[in-house]
Amino acid sequence: MKAIVTVMPKPGVLDPQGKAIARALGHLGFGGVGEVRAGKVIELELAATDAEAARKEAAAMAEQLLANTVIESFSVTISQ
Amino acid sequence: MRAGIIVFPGINRERDMALALALASGRKPRMLWHTETDLSGLDLVVIPGGFSYGDYLRAGAMAAHSPIMGAVRAHAARGGYVLGACNGFQILTEAGLLPGALLRNVSLRFLAMDCHLRVERAGTVFTGHFQKGEVFRAVLAHGEGNYYADETTLDRLEGEGLVAFRYAAPDGRLTPAANPNGSARAIAGIFSPNLRVLGLMPHAENLVDPLAGGDDAKKLFEGLAAAFAA
Repeated sequence: MKAIVTVMPKPGVLDPQGKAIARALGHLGFGGVGEVRAGKVIELELAATDAEAARKEAAAMAEQLLANTVIESFSVTISQ
Repeated sequence: MRAGIIVFPGINRERDMALALALASGRKPRMLWHTETDLSGLDLVVIPGGFSYGDYLRAGAMAAHSPIMGAVRAHAARGGYVLGACNGFQILTEAGLLPGALLRNVSLRFLAMDCHLRVERAGTVFTGHFQKGEVFRAVLAHGEGNYYADETTLDRLEGEGLVAFRYAAPDGRLTPAANPNGSARAIAGIFSPNLRVLGLMPHAENLVDPLAGGDDAKKLFEGLAAAFAA
């Protein structure tokens, strides 16, 4: 199964990268852009064949390594 | 002083740290490869600066899970002394040995410059040769040095006297210009509750010799050497 872990800066944690992207979009003429937050996406190929087991495993990986939960939150999506 | 310096792949300040420790104590530190797990007999374990594992994922994230960090955790749990400088500080937060995290500098730029540190807590093994409020010059070189912790944690650190150093102007005032990476409450270094683990973002080890730009920061190492000589 494939697990997709999305890691995002927590609300309230300064995201200078997102701010820089927002500024650059403004310079390019894209108006109407509000807050921009930049995170990362990690794709995992897992041996697990059960979606729930895969989700649990990916969440444990995110908790221990993929995200720093002091500053980041994460979500897990499972696909075949 | 029997000190050991951990060398991860991608670390680059280990020799500067070794020179600073040897200069102050007269004793060469032991260099410890990241796969080692025996820290017995060491007074102080140092995690130096650099870019461990290429800073992949997050600065310090990979190193925090390397074999030697289990031994560092055990050493800290026994009441052993640990100094993490720059990447070492990032590794200590990633390993959960110190609270908070080091975010990207507020300017988004890698900064390599002089800074001044104000001593917030004297009388520890690391700050024994400083007075509280004393200001000294140090050097910083990092892309992720912007200290972050939630307000509750920051209040606790301040309330329990666990803030070791703050970025300050040479006269000791706290100004935005003196805190170039944007650290919360201008925090440059923090202690563990037992005052035996210190994370410090700037490089004190790079100002210990007048021939290499000054010895403004050598008191930190002299204090350590004196504490462990007793």
